[in-house]
Amino acid sequence: MAQYEITKDNYKEYVFEKMPKSSHWKNMFWAFVVGGTICVIGQAFIELYSIWFNSQDASVLASGTLVFIAAMLTGFGVYDNIGRFAGAGSTIPITGFSNAVVSPALEFRAEGYVYGVGAKMFLVAGPVIVNGVTISVVVALLTLLFGG
Amino acid sequence: MQYYKKRTLVFDNANIAEGYTVAGPKENDGRYKGFFDLALKDDMFGQNTFERAERKMFEHAIEGAIAKANLTAADIDVVIGGDLLNQIVSVAFAARKQHAGFLGLYNACATFVESLIAGSAMLNNGLDYVLCTAGSHFSTAERQYRYPLELGVLRSPVTQWTATGVGATVLTSHKQPVPIRITRATVGRVVDYGVMDVNNMGAAMAPSACDTLVTFFKDTNTVPSDYDVIYTGDLGKLGSDILMDLARQEGYDISAQLHDCGASLYWDEQQTYQGGSGAACSALVFNAVLLSRMRRGEYKRILLAGTGALMSPTTSFQGDSIPAITHLVEVTA
Repeated sequence: MAQYEITKDNYKEYVFEKMPKSSHWKNMFWAFVVGGTICVIGQAFIELYSIWFNSQDASVLASGTLVFIAAMLTGFGVYDNIGRFAGAGSTIPITGFSNAVVSPALEFRAEGYVYGVGAKMFLVAGPVIVNGVTISVVVALLTLLFGG
Repeated sequence: MQYYKKRTLVFDNANIAEGYTVAGPKENDGRYKGFFDLALKDDMFGQNTFERAERKMFEHAIEGAIAKANLTAADIDVVIGGDLLNQIVSVAFAARKQHAGFLGLYNACATFVESLIAGSAMLNNGLDYVLCTAGSHFSTAERQYRYPLELGVLRSPVTQWTATGVGATVLTSHKQPVPIRITRATVGRVVDYGVMDVNNMGAAMAPSACDTLVTFFKDTNTVPSDYDVIYTGDLGKLGSDILMDLARQEGYDISAQLHDCGASLYWDEQQTYQGGSGAACSALVFNAVLLSRMRRGEYKRILLAGTGALMSPTTSFQGDSIPAITHLVEVTA
Protein backbone atom coordinates (compact mmCIF):
# COMPACT_ATOMS: atom_id res chain seq x y z
CA MET A 1 0.00 0.00 0.00
CA ALA A 2 1.37 3.35 -1.01
CA GLN A 3 1.91 5.83 1.79
CA TYR A 4 0.73 8.73 -0.33
CA GLU A 5 -2.38 9.49 -2.36
CA ILE A 6 -2.22 7.92 -5.80
CA THR A 7 -3.29 10.40 -8.46
CA LYS A 8 -3.22 10.47 -12.22
CA ASP A 9 -0.06 12.58 -12.03
CA ASN A 10 2.03 10.32 -9.80
CA TYR A 11 0.53 7.08 -11.12
CA LYS A 12 3.53 6.13 -13.25
CA GLU A 13 5.93 6.51 -10.31
CA TYR A 14 3.58 4.51 -8.08
CA VAL A 15 3.39 1.68 -10.67
CA PHE A 16 7.16 1.67 -11.07
CA GLU A 17 7.60 1.26 -7.31
CA LYS A 18 5.03 -1.50 -7.20
CA MET A 19 6.06 -3.59 -10.20
CA PRO A 20 8.35 -6.61 -9.93
CA LYS A 21 11.78 -5.89 -11.42
CA SER A 22 13.70 -8.27 -13.61
CA SER A 23 16.88 -9.49 -11.99
CA HIS A 24 19.78 -7.87 -13.86
CA TRP A 25 22.38 -10.16 -12.28
CA LYS A 26 20.46 -13.28 -13.27
CA ASN A 27 19.87 -11.95 -16.79
CA MET A 28 23.53 -11.02 -17.19
CA PHE A 29 24.67 -14.40 -15.90
CA TRP A 30 22.57 -16.36 -18.41
CA ALA A 31 23.42 -13.96 -21.25
CA PHE A 32 27.12 -14.52 -20.44
CA VAL A 33 26.84 -18.30 -20.25
CA VAL A 34 24.67 -18.78 -23.35
CA GLY A 35 26.35 -16.07 -25.43
CA GLY A 36 29.76 -17.44 -24.44
CA THR A 37 28.75 -20.99 -25.28
CA ILE A 38 27.56 -19.93 -28.74
CA CYS A 39 30.92 -18.22 -29.32
CA VAL A 40 32.83 -21.31 -28.13
CA ILE A 41 30.84 -23.47 -30.55
CA GLY A 42 31.62 -20.97 -33.31
CA GLN A 43 35.33 -21.10 -32.45
CA ALA A 44 35.22 -24.90 -32.51
CA PHE A 45 33.81 -24.81 -36.06
CA ILE A 46 36.55 -22.35 -37.10
CA GLU A 47 39.19 -24.74 -35.76
CA LEU A 48 37.51 -27.65 -37.51
CA TYR A 49 37.22 -25.89 -40.89
CA SER A 50 40.83 -24.64 -40.56
CA ILE A 51 41.94 -28.20 -41.22
CA TRP A 52 40.73 -27.90 -44.81
CA PHE A 53 40.46 -24.15 -45.53
CA ASN A 54 42.41 -20.94 -44.90
CA SER A 55 41.43 -18.95 -41.79
CA GLN A 56 39.21 -16.40 -43.61
CA ASP A 57 37.17 -19.08 -45.36
CA ALA A 58 36.96 -21.07 -42.13
CA SER A 59 35.43 -18.06 -40.32
CA VAL A 60 32.82 -17.53 -43.02
CA LEU A 61 31.93 -21.22 -43.00
CA ALA A 62 31.67 -21.24 -39.20
CA SER A 63 29.25 -18.25 -39.31
CA GLY A 64 27.20 -20.01 -41.98
CA THR A 65 27.06 -23.16 -39.85
CA LEU A 66 25.86 -21.22 -36.79
CA VAL A 67 23.18 -19.48 -38.88
CA PHE A 68 22.06 -22.87 -40.20
CA ILE A 69 21.90 -24.44 -36.74
CA ALA A 70 19.96 -21.47 -35.31
CA ALA A 71 17.51 -21.62 -38.23
CA MET A 72 16.97 -25.32 -37.54
CA LEU A 73 16.47 -24.72 -33.83
CA THR A 74 13.99 -21.95 -34.64
CA GLY A 75 12.08 -24.30 -36.91
CA PHE A 76 11.96 -26.97 -34.22
CA GLY A 77 10.68 -24.40 -31.71
CA VAL A 78 13.75 -24.55 -29.46
CA TYR A 79 15.41 -21.18 -29.99
CA ASP A 80 12.64 -19.10 -28.41
CA ASN A 81 12.96 -21.24 -25.27
CA ILE A 82 16.67 -20.47 -25.11
CA GLY A 83 16.00 -16.77 -25.70
CA ARG A 84 13.45 -16.66 -22.91
CA PHE A 85 16.20 -16.88 -20.28
CA ALA A 86 19.34 -16.05 -22.26
CA GLY A 87 18.09 -12.67 -23.53
CA ALA A 88 20.89 -10.76 -25.27
CA GLY A 89 23.08 -13.86 -24.93
CA SER A 90 21.16 -15.49 -27.75
CA THR A 91 20.02 -12.31 -29.54
CA ILE A 92 23.36 -10.59 -30.15
CA PRO A 93 25.38 -13.43 -31.75
CA ILE A 94 24.80 -14.19 -35.43
CA THR A 95 22.44 -16.99 -34.35
CA GLY A 96 20.03 -14.34 -33.02
CA PHE A 97 19.99 -12.72 -36.44
CA SER A 98 19.13 -16.06 -37.99
CA ASN A 99 16.30 -16.50 -35.48
CA ALA A 100 15.04 -12.97 -36.23
CA VAL A 101 14.74 -13.77 -39.95
CA VAL A 102 13.46 -17.33 -39.76
CA SER A 103 10.80 -16.79 -37.08
CA PRO A 104 8.70 -14.21 -39.01
CA ALA A 105 9.25 -16.20 -42.23
CA LEU A 106 7.72 -19.25 -40.53
CA GLU A 107 4.99 -17.23 -38.87
CA PHE A 108 3.73 -15.50 -42.00
CA ARG A 109 3.99 -18.53 -44.27
CA ALA A 110 0.18 -18.75 -43.93
CA GLU A 111 -0.21 -15.55 -45.99
CA GLY A 112 1.73 -17.06 -48.91
CA TYR A 113 5.25 -16.61 -50.31
CA VAL A 114 4.79 -13.03 -51.58
CA TYR A 115 2.67 -11.17 -49.00
CA GLY A 116 3.65 -13.51 -46.18
CA VAL A 117 7.21 -14.82 -46.26
CA GLY A 118 8.52 -12.24 -48.73
CA ALA A 119 6.96 -9.17 -47.14
CA LYS A 120 7.34 -10.11 -43.48
CA MET A 121 10.68 -11.95 -43.40
CA PHE A 122 12.65 -8.85 -42.37
CA LEU A 123 10.04 -7.59 -39.94
CA VAL A 124 12.41 -7.93 -37.00
CA ALA A 125 15.80 -7.97 -38.76
CA GLY A 126 14.98 -5.12 -41.18
CA PRO A 127 15.54 -2.27 -38.70
CA VAL A 128 18.81 -3.92 -37.61
CA ILE A 129 20.08 -3.98 -41.19
CA VAL A 130 18.95 -0.43 -41.98
CA ASN A 131 20.43 1.06 -38.81
CA GLY A 132 23.53 -1.10 -39.03
CA VAL A 133 24.28 0.05 -42.58
CA THR A 134 23.54 3.69 -41.71
CA ILE A 135 25.79 3.71 -38.67
CA SER A 136 28.58 1.88 -40.50
CA VAL A 137 28.53 4.64 -43.16
CA VAL A 138 28.72 7.32 -40.46
CA VAL A 139 31.60 5.52 -38.73
CA ALA A 140 33.40 5.07 -42.07
CA LEU A 141 33.05 8.82 -42.80
CA LEU A 142 34.37 9.73 -39.35
CA THR A 143 37.30 7.38 -39.84
CA LEU A 144 38.01 8.94 -43.23
CA LEU A 145 37.95 12.48 -41.78
CA PHE A 146 39.71 12.01 -38.46
CA GLY A 147 41.28 8.57 -38.51
CA GLY A 148 44.42 7.22 -40.05
CA MET B 1 -12.63 9.90 -8.32
CA GLN B 2 -12.60 12.95 -10.56
CA TYR B 3 -15.89 12.25 -12.30
CA TYR B 4 -19.07 10.49 -11.24
CA LYS B 5 -22.47 10.21 -12.84
CA LYS B 6 -25.12 7.66 -12.05
CA ARG B 7 -25.40 5.27 -14.97
CA THR B 8 -26.06 1.72 -13.76
CA LEU B 9 -28.64 -0.27 -15.73
CA VAL B 10 -31.22 -2.57 -14.16
CA PHE B 11 -32.47 -5.73 -15.91
CA ASP B 12 -35.41 -7.80 -14.78
CA ASN B 13 -35.57 -10.53 -17.41
CA ALA B 14 -31.97 -11.29 -18.39
CA ASN B 15 -31.87 -14.97 -17.46
CA ILE B 16 -28.81 -17.08 -18.14
CA ALA B 17 -29.81 -20.31 -19.90
CA GLU B 18 -26.40 -21.92 -20.42
CA GLY B 19 -22.73 -21.26 -20.84
CA TYR B 20 -20.27 -23.20 -22.98
CA THR B 21 -16.49 -23.04 -23.20
CA VAL B 22 -13.76 -24.15 -25.57
CA ALA B 23 -10.32 -23.92 -23.97
CA GLY B 24 -6.79 -24.30 -25.30
CA PRO B 25 -4.41 -27.01 -24.05
CA LYS B 26 -2.39 -24.69 -21.78
CA GLU B 27 -5.59 -23.34 -20.22
CA ASN B 28 -6.86 -26.83 -19.51
CA ASP B 29 -3.54 -27.64 -17.83
CA GLY B 30 -4.16 -24.67 -15.55
CA ARG B 31 -6.08 -24.20 -12.36
CA TYR B 32 -9.51 -24.87 -13.92
CA LYS B 33 -8.62 -28.21 -15.53
CA GLY B 34 -11.76 -30.21 -16.22
CA PHE B 35 -14.16 -27.26 -15.94
CA PHE B 36 -14.27 -26.66 -19.69
CA ASP B 37 -16.84 -28.20 -22.04
CA LEU B 38 -14.26 -28.78 -24.75
CA ALA B 39 -10.50 -28.76 -24.14
CA LEU B 40 -8.30 -28.74 -27.22
CA LYS B 41 -5.33 -31.11 -27.37
CA ASP B 42 -3.74 -28.96 -30.04
CA ASP B 43 -4.28 -25.21 -30.47
CA MET B 44 -4.39 -25.61 -34.27
CA PHE B 45 -7.73 -27.45 -33.81
CA GLY B 46 -7.15 -29.42 -37.04
CA GLN B 47 -6.86 -26.25 -39.14
CA ASN B 48 -3.93 -25.04 -41.23
CA THR B 49 -3.72 -21.55 -39.70
CA PHE B 50 -4.17 -20.22 -36.17
CA GLU B 51 -6.77 -17.73 -37.40
CA ARG B 52 -8.91 -20.56 -38.78
CA ALA B 53 -8.45 -22.41 -35.50
CA GLU B 54 -9.75 -19.42 -33.53
CA ARG B 55 -12.72 -19.15 -35.91
CA LYS B 56 -13.49 -22.86 -35.45
CA MET B 57 -13.36 -22.41 -31.68
CA PHE B 58 -16.03 -19.72 -32.00
CA GLU B 59 -18.17 -21.97 -34.21
CA HIS B 60 -17.93 -24.77 -31.65
CA ALA B 61 -18.66 -22.50 -28.70
CA ILE B 62 -21.73 -20.98 -30.37
CA GLU B 63 -23.12 -24.35 -31.47
CA GLY B 64 -22.18 -25.94 -28.16
CA ALA B 65 -23.97 -23.30 -26.09
CA ILE B 66 -27.12 -23.57 -28.22
CA ALA B 67 -27.17 -27.38 -27.95
CA LYS B 68 -26.42 -27.35 -24.22
CA ALA B 69 -29.41 -25.05 -23.67
CA ASN B 70 -31.59 -27.57 -25.58
CA LEU B 71 -32.23 -25.07 -28.34
CA THR B 72 -31.69 -25.03 -32.08
CA ALA B 73 -29.92 -22.38 -34.15
CA ALA B 74 -33.34 -21.11 -35.27
CA ASP B 75 -34.24 -20.17 -31.68
CA ILE B 76 -31.45 -17.60 -31.36
CA ASP B 77 -32.46 -14.07 -32.30
CA VAL B 78 -29.10 -12.35 -32.18
CA VAL B 79 -25.45 -13.38 -31.77
CA ILE B 80 -23.37 -10.69 -30.07
CA GLY B 81 -19.65 -10.89 -29.60
CA GLY B 82 -16.11 -10.01 -30.46
CA ASP B 83 -12.49 -11.10 -30.45
CA LEU B 84 -9.09 -9.45 -30.53
CA LEU B 85 -8.22 -9.74 -34.20
CA ASN B 86 -8.33 -6.81 -36.59
CA GLN B 87 -11.85 -6.31 -37.97
CA ILE B 88 -13.06 -8.89 -35.37
CA VAL B 89 -12.90 -11.55 -38.06
CA SER B 90 -13.03 -14.65 -35.87
CA VAL B 91 -16.50 -14.16 -34.47
CA ALA B 92 -17.86 -12.49 -37.61
CA PHE B 93 -16.75 -15.39 -39.80
CA ALA B 94 -18.15 -17.89 -37.29
CA ALA B 95 -21.49 -16.02 -37.24
CA ARG B 96 -22.01 -16.60 -40.96
CA LYS B 97 -22.92 -20.19 -40.06
CA GLN B 98 -25.81 -18.91 -37.92
CA HIS B 99 -29.25 -17.74 -38.95
CA ALA B 100 -29.44 -15.17 -36.16
CA GLY B 101 -28.74 -11.48 -36.42
CA PHE B 102 -25.17 -10.52 -35.62
CA LEU B 103 -23.74 -7.64 -33.65
CA GLY B 104 -19.92 -7.44 -33.64
CA LEU B 105 -18.35 -5.74 -30.64
CA TYR B 106 -14.85 -4.66 -29.75
CA ASN B 107 -13.71 -3.50 -26.35
CA ALA B 108 -10.54 -5.61 -26.25
CA CYS B 109 -10.63 -7.97 -23.27
CA ALA B 110 -13.78 -6.33 -21.86
CA THR B 111 -15.74 -7.58 -24.88
CA PHE B 112 -17.35 -10.52 -23.12
CA VAL B 113 -18.97 -8.41 -20.40
CA GLU B 114 -19.83 -5.80 -23.02
CA SER B 115 -21.70 -8.51 -24.95
CA LEU B 116 -23.59 -9.57 -21.79
CA ILE B 117 -24.72 -5.97 -21.24
CA ALA B 118 -25.79 -5.53 -24.85
CA GLY B 119 -27.57 -8.90 -24.78
CA SER B 120 -29.41 -8.13 -21.54
CA ALA B 121 -30.57 -4.81 -22.97
CA MET B 122 -31.96 -6.59 -26.04
CA LEU B 123 -33.95 -8.99 -23.89
CA ASN B 124 -35.40 -5.96 -22.13
CA ASN B 125 -36.56 -4.89 -25.59
CA GLY B 126 -38.49 -8.06 -26.30
CA LEU B 127 -36.08 -10.60 -27.80
CA ASP B 128 -36.30 -14.23 -26.62
CA TYR B 129 -32.81 -15.68 -26.97
CA VAL B 130 -29.51 -13.87 -27.37
CA LEU B 131 -26.09 -15.52 -27.58
CA CYS B 132 -23.13 -13.58 -26.16
CA THR B 133 -19.61 -14.68 -26.97
CA ALA B 134 -15.98 -13.59 -26.82
CA GLY B 135 -12.59 -15.23 -27.04
CA SER B 136 -8.96 -15.00 -27.98
CA HIS B 137 -6.12 -17.19 -29.20
CA PHE B 138 -2.54 -16.85 -27.97
CA SER B 139 -0.93 -17.42 -31.34
CA THR B 140 -3.12 -15.05 -33.36
CA ALA B 141 -2.95 -12.28 -30.77
CA GLU B 142 0.78 -12.66 -30.29
CA ARG B 143 1.56 -12.09 -33.92
CA GLN B 144 -0.85 -9.19 -34.24
CA TYR B 145 0.29 -7.38 -31.11
CA ARG B 146 3.85 -8.55 -30.39
CA TYR B 147 6.52 -10.73 -31.95
CA PRO B 148 6.62 -13.86 -34.11
CA LEU B 149 6.08 -16.94 -31.93
CA GLU B 150 9.52 -18.46 -32.44
CA LEU B 151 11.49 -15.26 -31.83
CA GLY B 152 13.73 -15.72 -28.81
CA VAL B 153 13.17 -12.72 -26.55
CA LEU B 154 13.40 -12.16 -22.83
CA ARG B 155 9.92 -11.45 -21.41
CA SER B 156 9.43 -8.73 -18.84
CA PRO B 157 8.18 -9.93 -15.42
CA VAL B 158 5.08 -7.70 -15.78
CA THR B 159 3.88 -9.45 -18.94
CA GLN B 160 0.81 -11.66 -19.16
CA TRP B 161 -0.05 -14.57 -21.40
CA THR B 162 -2.90 -14.26 -23.90
CA ALA B 163 -5.32 -17.06 -23.10
CA THR B 164 -6.63 -19.38 -25.81
CA GLY B 165 -10.32 -20.03 -25.48
CA VAL B 166 -13.86 -18.99 -26.32
CA GLY B 167 -16.84 -18.72 -24.02
CA ALA B 168 -20.47 -18.39 -25.09
CA THR B 169 -23.54 -17.65 -22.99
CA VAL B 170 -27.18 -18.01 -23.98
CA LEU B 171 -29.37 -15.32 -22.41
CA THR B 172 -33.11 -15.57 -22.48
CA SER B 173 -36.17 -13.65 -21.38
CA HIS B 174 -37.79 -16.97 -20.37
CA LYS B 175 -37.58 -18.04 -16.72
CA GLN B 176 -35.09 -20.85 -16.07
CA PRO B 177 -35.36 -23.84 -13.68
CA VAL B 178 -32.16 -22.71 -11.94
CA PRO B 179 -32.60 -18.96 -11.91
CA ILE B 180 -29.34 -17.15 -12.55
CA ARG B 181 -29.89 -13.64 -13.79
CA ILE B 182 -27.93 -10.61 -14.87
CA THR B 183 -29.55 -8.05 -12.63
CA ARG B 184 -27.52 -4.88 -12.99
CA ALA B 185 -24.74 -3.54 -15.16
CA THR B 186 -22.46 -0.54 -15.35
CA VAL B 187 -21.10 0.60 -18.69
CA GLY B 188 -17.51 1.71 -18.20
CA ARG B 189 -15.82 4.95 -19.21
CA VAL B 190 -12.54 5.11 -21.10
CA VAL B 191 -9.89 5.94 -18.51
CA ASP B 192 -6.26 6.72 -19.32
CA TYR B 193 -3.67 7.22 -16.57
CA GLY B 194 -0.81 7.62 -19.02
CA VAL B 195 0.76 4.15 -18.83
CA MET B 196 2.96 3.67 -21.90
CA ASP B 197 4.35 0.17 -21.32
CA VAL B 198 2.36 -2.30 -23.47
CA ASN B 199 3.76 -5.14 -21.38
CA ASN B 200 2.17 -3.71 -18.27
CA MET B 201 -1.51 -3.79 -19.20
CA GLY B 202 -2.61 -4.58 -15.67
CA ALA B 203 -1.34 -1.19 -14.52
CA ALA B 204 -2.98 0.51 -17.51
CA MET B 205 -6.38 -1.08 -16.77
CA ALA B 206 -6.53 -0.90 -12.96
CA PRO B 207 -7.71 2.77 -12.78
CA SER B 208 -10.58 2.01 -15.17
CA ALA B 209 -11.57 -1.05 -13.11
CA CYS B 210 -11.61 1.13 -9.99
CA ASP B 211 -13.68 3.79 -11.77
CA THR B 212 -16.37 1.30 -12.85
CA LEU B 213 -16.49 -0.60 -9.54
CA VAL B 214 -16.79 2.55 -7.45
CA THR B 215 -19.44 3.93 -9.81
CA PHE B 216 -21.42 0.72 -9.40
CA PHE B 217 -21.15 0.72 -5.58
CA LYS B 218 -22.24 4.37 -5.42
CA ASP B 219 -25.09 3.90 -7.92
CA THR B 220 -26.53 0.88 -6.15
CA ASN B 221 -25.66 1.75 -2.53
CA THR B 222 -23.88 -1.56 -2.17
CA VAL B 223 -20.55 -2.45 -0.59
CA PRO B 224 -18.03 -5.14 -1.57
CA SER B 225 -19.12 -7.43 1.27
CA ASP B 226 -22.60 -7.70 -0.32
CA TYR B 227 -20.96 -9.96 -2.88
CA ASP B 228 -19.56 -13.47 -2.57
CA VAL B 229 -16.83 -12.73 -5.09
CA ILE B 230 -15.80 -9.91 -7.39
CA TYR B 231 -14.02 -11.17 -10.50
CA THR B 232 -12.07 -8.82 -12.74
CA GLY B 233 -11.20 -9.91 -16.28
CA ASP B 234 -7.46 -9.84 -16.86
CA LEU B 235 -5.78 -7.34 -14.56
CA GLY B 236 -3.19 -9.95 -13.60
CA LYS B 237 -1.55 -10.14 -10.20
CA LEU B 238 0.08 -6.70 -10.31
CA GLY B 239 -3.04 -5.05 -11.74
CA SER B 240 -5.18 -6.62 -9.00
CA ASP B 241 -2.84 -5.31 -6.30
CA ILE B 242 -3.02 -1.84 -7.83
CA LEU B 243 -6.82 -2.02 -8.03
CA MET B 244 -7.01 -2.89 -4.31
CA ASP B 245 -4.87 0.16 -3.48
CA LEU B 246 -6.96 2.45 -5.69
CA ALA B 247 -10.28 1.15 -4.38
CA ARG B 248 -9.14 1.46 -0.75
CA GLN B 249 -8.31 5.08 -1.48
CA GLU B 250 -11.94 5.56 -2.59
CA GLY B 251 -13.14 3.99 0.66
CA TYR B 252 -13.87 0.46 -0.59
CA ASP B 253 -11.87 -2.50 0.69
CA ILE B 254 -12.28 -5.24 -1.92
CA SER B 255 -9.33 -7.40 -0.83
CA ALA B 256 -11.55 -10.16 0.61
CA GLN B 257 -13.71 -10.50 -2.50
CA LEU B 258 -11.37 -9.69 -5.37
CA HIS B 259 -10.23 -12.39 -7.80
CA ASP B 260 -8.95 -12.02 -11.33
CA CYS B 261 -9.97 -14.40 -14.11
CA GLY B 262 -6.61 -14.03 -15.86
CA ALA B 263 -4.43 -14.26 -12.75
CA SER B 264 -6.23 -17.38 -11.55
CA LEU B 265 -6.26 -19.19 -14.91
CA TYR B 266 -2.75 -20.68 -14.75
CA TRP B 267 -0.43 -22.25 -12.19
CA ASP B 268 2.75 -20.36 -11.37
CA GLU B 269 4.83 -23.14 -12.98
CA GLN B 270 3.23 -22.34 -16.33
CA GLN B 271 5.39 -19.20 -16.43
CA THR B 272 2.77 -16.72 -17.48
CA TYR B 273 4.24 -14.20 -14.99
CA GLN B 274 1.24 -11.96 -14.13
CA GLY B 275 -1.28 -14.54 -15.38
CA GLY B 276 -3.57 -14.72 -18.37
CA SER B 277 -4.88 -11.86 -20.48
CA GLY B 278 -7.18 -11.67 -23.46
CA ALA B 279 -10.89 -11.71 -24.13
CA ALA B 280 -10.91 -15.43 -23.32
CA CYS B 281 -10.15 -14.94 -19.60
CA SER B 282 -13.52 -13.63 -18.44
CA ALA B 283 -15.42 -15.65 -21.07
CA LEU B 284 -13.81 -18.91 -19.91
CA VAL B 285 -13.89 -18.33 -16.17
CA PHE B 286 -17.44 -16.99 -16.11
CA ASN B 287 -18.98 -19.73 -18.25
CA ALA B 288 -16.93 -22.66 -16.97
CA VAL B 289 -16.35 -21.84 -13.33
CA LEU B 290 -18.56 -19.07 -11.96
CA LEU B 291 -21.80 -20.32 -13.56
CA SER B 292 -21.31 -23.84 -12.24
CA ARG B 293 -20.52 -22.55 -8.75
CA MET B 294 -23.67 -20.43 -8.84
CA ARG B 295 -25.70 -23.46 -9.98
CA ARG B 296 -24.35 -25.40 -7.02
CA GLY B 297 -25.33 -22.56 -4.72
CA GLU B 298 -21.77 -21.70 -3.70
CA TYR B 299 -22.23 -18.12 -4.86
CA LYS B 300 -25.45 -16.15 -4.59
CA ARG B 301 -24.38 -12.77 -5.84
CA ILE B 302 -21.25 -11.93 -7.82
CA LEU B 303 -19.75 -9.11 -9.83
CA LEU B 304 -17.91 -9.69 -13.08
CA ALA B 305 -15.86 -6.74 -14.32
CA GLY B 306 -14.37 -7.19 -17.80
CA THR B 307 -11.24 -5.12 -18.25
CA GLY B 308 -9.89 -4.03 -21.62
CA ALA B 309 -6.85 -2.13 -22.88
CA LEU B 310 -7.84 -0.23 -26.00
CA MET B 311 -4.48 0.39 -27.68
CA SER B 312 -3.29 -0.98 -31.00
CA PRO B 313 0.32 -1.65 -32.10
CA THR B 314 0.10 1.48 -34.28
CA THR B 315 -0.87 3.82 -31.42
CA SER B 316 1.84 2.31 -29.21
CA PHE B 317 4.57 2.80 -31.84
CA GLN B 318 3.35 6.37 -32.29
CA GLY B 319 4.00 7.01 -28.61
CA ASP B 320 0.44 7.15 -27.28
CA SER B 321 -0.50 5.95 -23.81
CA ILE B 322 -2.94 3.08 -23.18
CA PRO B 323 -6.62 3.94 -22.65
CA ALA B 324 -8.59 1.29 -20.78
CA ILE B 325 -12.21 0.36 -20.15
CA THR B 326 -14.08 -1.82 -17.66
CA HIS B 327 -17.66 -3.02 -17.96
CA LEU B 328 -19.41 -4.64 -15.04
CA VAL B 329 -22.35 -6.99 -14.57
CA GLU B 330 -24.01 -8.12 -11.37
CA VAL B 331 -25.12 -11.75 -11.54
CA THR B 332 -27.64 -13.04 -9.01
CA ALA B 333 -28.68 -16.63 -8.39
